[in-house]
Amino acid sequence: MEYVNPEGLRLDGRRFNEMRQIVAEVGVVSKADGSAVFEMGNTKVIAAVYGPREIQNKSQQKKNDHAVVLCEYSMAQFSTGDRRRQKFDRRSTELSLVIRQTMEACILTELMPHSQIDIFLQVLQADGGTRSACINAATLALADAGIPMRDLAVSCSAGYLNSTPLLDLNYVEDSAGGADVTVGILPKLDKVTLLQMDAKLPMETFETVFALASEGCKAIAERIREVLQENTKQLEYRRAA
Amino acid sequence: MVMRKLQLELPLNQTQKVRFKRAMERLQFLSSTTNNSVIVADSIHEDAFLLKGHGTSEVDGELMATVCGVVTHVDKLVYIRTLRARYKPEVKDIVVGRVIEVSKSCWRLELNSTKDGILKLSSMDNDVQRRKTYVDELNMRNIIVEDDVVCAEVGCIHRDGGLELRATSYKYGKLEKGQHLMVDPYLVKRSNIHFHYIESLGIDLIIGRNGFIWVGEHVQAQDHMILDDEMIKHTSLETRQSILRIGNAIRVLSNLGFTMTLEVIMETFNLSNAENIDVYDMLGSEFHVLVAENELERRIRRA
Repeated sequence: MEYVNPEGLRLDGRRFNEMRQIVAEVGVVSKADGSAVFEMGNTKVIAAVYGPREIQNKSQQKKNDHAVVLCEYSMAQFSTGDRRRQKFDRRSTELSLVIRQTMEACILTELMPHSQIDIFLQVLQADGGTRSACINAATLALADAGIPMRDLAVSCSAGYLNSTPLLDLNYVEDSAGGADVTVGILPKLDKVTLLQMDAKLPMETFETVFALASEGCKAIAERIREVLQENTKQLEYRRAA
Repeated sequence: MVMRKLQLELPLNQTQKVRFKRAMERLQFLSSTTNNSVIVADSIHEDAFLLKGHGTSEVDGELMATVCGVVTHVDKLVYIRTLRARYKPEVKDIVVGRVIEVSKSCWRLELNSTKDGILKLSSMDNDVQRRKTYVDELNMRNIIVEDDVVCAEVGCIHRDGGLELRATSYKYGKLEKGQHLMVDPYLVKRSNIHFHYIESLGIDLIIGRNGFIWVGEHVQAQDHMILDDEMIKHTSLETRQSILRIGNAIRVLSNLGFTMTLEVIMETFNLSNAENIDVYDMLGSEFHVLVAENELERRIRRA
């Protein structure tokens, strides 16, 4: 199948280095301490953060002087076209772990000893790149909850099809069997917190794909910053001390 | 882009939309001169040597924010005042909380803080000062049970953020016959008085520093352990309506993200009366717009 036509356009009309449209919104769950909806094209994820709060299950308290970060990822039954049976399959468990580790790396857990932070993620629409969308949504929700972080963790994916590196794969491109590289970075500190790839790539190709994904991350970070800046400004002037 | 409270989640008609937008734009204009809000990982540019406080961290000699909020200076200290976050306790704060557990010789309270509040039986002596005995421990449920609303003062804060409460005065203790409201803690400012008695309505208003607010029928400061006949007396319809009216005024202010003070709450309350708006209509679109416009006028008057 041809994923990039001779004019250099992809199946959905994007160029190789173009991202899908991003829509982000914070404060969507009134009961939660922080919440956000993040959309990348047709992928849509809702995130809710509760905490830092008292540890509910004492047996989970491993490290005494750090906050415990818990993450629960799930896909809505209606998020994909085909019927889904199980609620918690192996894929969700693995994704929960990946997201938890990424977020734990950027939260300053040592400032909140003996407490726990719960992150709930639900995929409302799945169209490729749910992993990245979840991380971005979680970052927004954590920032909204006022939880201290080193930096905003952002994520973006890139792939390699028809010997072209492609940014931000959608579902069709994702399931084409090519490499799918998901990168999570801390843009300000210039550090990588997540790197996953589910196929093989030659070293040089990988470098270009990785660079493309990092560029995508930086673009997303810009967008997320805009949203948070606007939100903070609004809250402040309404409060007006 | 739609964000929390930027647009109300209410059906506004065209006129209301325009009025609301205009009020919000002018509010923004009024405070635009002093806006030094930052978000996570923004660098804070400061020339002088500064002490770094909450919400800041130093990376490669550069001062960076770790939370979203407003940069605040106190002498040489620079810190970031968070907006939406959980309550950060300070000693002697007056808080309102809901009891979640009665355990051995203490009650655990939900305070919207990082940790639950602990109210020890020994710091709850309203009657004669004496050592609490085993019998007192057994009788704890006669005083306060789960889901009761309690008002107390922050006694001490442990290193891990755990906080102990004190209720060693008649004004503290269990709250009855009223409404318990929750708002974001950043909307409550610290002041000398957090207990308000609105005499004209016979209502007590306790604005807890943790964002929990109590609106209830006025009670004379008395020993809570003694149940007299007066306590069982019914609350009159008028008082109940006033409680609801004030409660809804607080809800509207919270939806709009305006600071809660007695003055603002009472102004909103009076506005609803003056405009002849029913209690249940107060949470509708029209009243939200009215309150926004009223707030604008108030700020212009003050400026």
